[in-house]
Amino acid sequence: MSSSDSGATPVRSGLTERRNRRSVGLGFFASELAVLFRRRRTWAMLLALAAVPILIAVAVRISSSGSSGRGPAFIDSITQNGLFVGVAGLTIAIPLFLPLTVGVVSGDSIAGEANTATLRYLLVSPVGRIRLLVVKYLAAAVFCLAATLTLSIAGILIGIALFPVGPVTLLSGDTVSIGDSLVRSLLIALYATVSLLGLSAIGLFISTLTDAPVGAMAATVVLSIVAQVLDSLSQTEWLHPWLFSHYWLNFADLLRQPIEWSSFGQNALLQLGYVFVFGALAYGRFSSKDILS
Amino acid sequence: MTTAVIASPSELAIKTDGLTKRFGRQTVVDDLALSVPRGSVFGFLGPNGSGKTTTIRMLLGLAQASAGDISVLGERMPQRLGGVLPRVGALIEGPGFYPFLSGSANLHRLDSADGFAPRGTRSERVAHALDRVGLSHAADKKVRAYSLGMKQRLGIANALLAPRDLIVLDEPTNGLDPQGTREVRSLIRSLADEGTTVFVSSHLLAEIEQMCTHAAVMRAGRLVAQGTLDELRSAGATRVSITTPDVEAATRVLLALGLDPGLPDATGPVAASVAGAASAGQPGTILSAALPEAVAPEDIVAKLVADGVRVRGFSVDHASLEDLFVALTGEGFDVVQ
Repeated sequence: MSSSDSGATPVRSGLTERRNRRSVGLGFFASELAVLFRRRRTWAMLLALAAVPILIAVAVRISSSGSSGRGPAFIDSITQNGLFVGVAGLTIAIPLFLPLTVGVVSGDSIAGEANTATLRYLLVSPVGRIRLLVVKYLAAAVFCLAATLTLSIAGILIGIALFPVGPVTLLSGDTVSIGDSLVRSLLIALYATVSLLGLSAIGLFISTLTDAPVGAMAATVVLSIVAQVLDSLSQTEWLHPWLFSHYWLNFADLLRQPIEWSSFGQNALLQLGYVFVFGALAYGRFSSKDILS
Repeated sequence: MTTAVIASPSELAIKTDGLTKRFGRQTVVDDLALSVPRGSVFGFLGPNGSGKTTTIRMLLGLAQASAGDISVLGERMPQRLGGVLPRVGALIEGPGFYPFLSGSANLHRLDSADGFAPRGTRSERVAHALDRVGLSHAADKKVRAYSLGMKQRLGIANALLAPRDLIVLDEPTNGLDPQGTREVRSLIRSLADEGTTVFVSSHLLAEIEQMCTHAAVMRAGRLVAQGTLDELRSAGATRVSITTPDVEAATRVLLALGLDPGLPDATGPVAASVAGAASAGQPGTILSAALPEAVAPEDIVAKLVADGVRVRGFSVDHASLEDLFVALTGEGFDVVQ
């Protein structure tokens, strides 16, 4: 055998032919999404999120005896216009329900694979550790989008069903058409998606630290709560602009005419920073990790 | 191919030099120098906890070596991991699958992780791999409903998804029934016939003895033996045993031939067979001696008969792999960790 046998390719049938160049990884990304959305758990979480605006709408419809003076301001306005139900649902879900589901998906990303022992088989396939991290992160981001869209759409649909629908009066006092208000609902869902990108990166990093997915999920959710608590304490005011949850509820600026984009930009920039920092940490940890699970 | 184990690097499917792995202060793999020739079926033996799986994890780039060099299929690992691993199929310490996906969906998923695997032939290759391990009938069943043996087969199917130059199987017959074990053996043989190098770790010696051409034995992280099966067997001495009533005359003959005869261990199984022979009306004592390579067994018999020794039984016994294994790694559960 010659010394150049490493490149030797015996005659092989079409069935056994190998590609000479590596694919970009779209196939694996599609496979990752398929695995994510074939899990009953994912659908259970999306259904639970869809239930949030539905419960609000039904509760308000049953007991619509005017303003109670409590709860978020949006709640009262949904009796006047059903299109607000989606926004009200997002407002309620952002502090806890959305972080909970995002924590489950991102915390499970690597630790879950380690737990089912599929991680070592993916790595010897070989998937490439960086590619795996990127695909896992992108899938978590897709879930964020699916989660916020589910909430918004479920809210709008139940709103249309239970309440009068008409042109929407914005916070700035202007009135916009139904079509325009639907676009703004979509923008708010996008804002909430962007808001969750930082938390997803944190979850991904925590997920590389352990083989126990439940631990990684819990830690991610706890961090999201800690950040919101710190954000509400005046003693830690210096820290507030750096907390990933700081701009979570600032989407009201999207309900002005003209749209005030600055909070969207600030939020996106902050989340991007978290993605880079925790993405780098996850890479640093995962690229040299011994896979012993 | 000669029986020489030390071949030039290009003829080795796996080669390690001074491979060492430490976890904290514990050295799990210590200065390992493996040489796995291409085309061989290589048995990787050792008691539980001797460092076999850790070695396999390092070979496949799952764990980093604390020291030493690894080359797989002629390329350095883990530096050339992306180019090497598509040509390697592996089953590592039990199968791992998504319980909520079917067997075939699991294979599709793992195949899509390999960026070199052509998508066009994926369904065909998955079906072929499932067929090879006899799982076609359960292809659409959720893995959650698979038995341990079926999961093990699915793990082997995953290793066969693409044409491989090297297949690494860690305890492939774990959880399989006797039929399954036989099928895996014949599968390994057919892979070897196709020219694939197969690296099998196991602690089941009979299994290794039946299907391997080469073997290495690990003990407490160190390599204690390596070579072709014949070389390993001959490392354990071949012995001759003679059953005869004329002990003194026979001893004289054996000494003259340069052997060192002695009565076998009175507590061993041989003593029991002597007792059995004696009760059957064939009184005789068994003399046993290591057989030097220079002496042919038939010459011993001829000389004994020529000198009037009454030979009632004569046998040449090769050490079994199990004798060697126990001699190298210690007996019972109390092995060195």
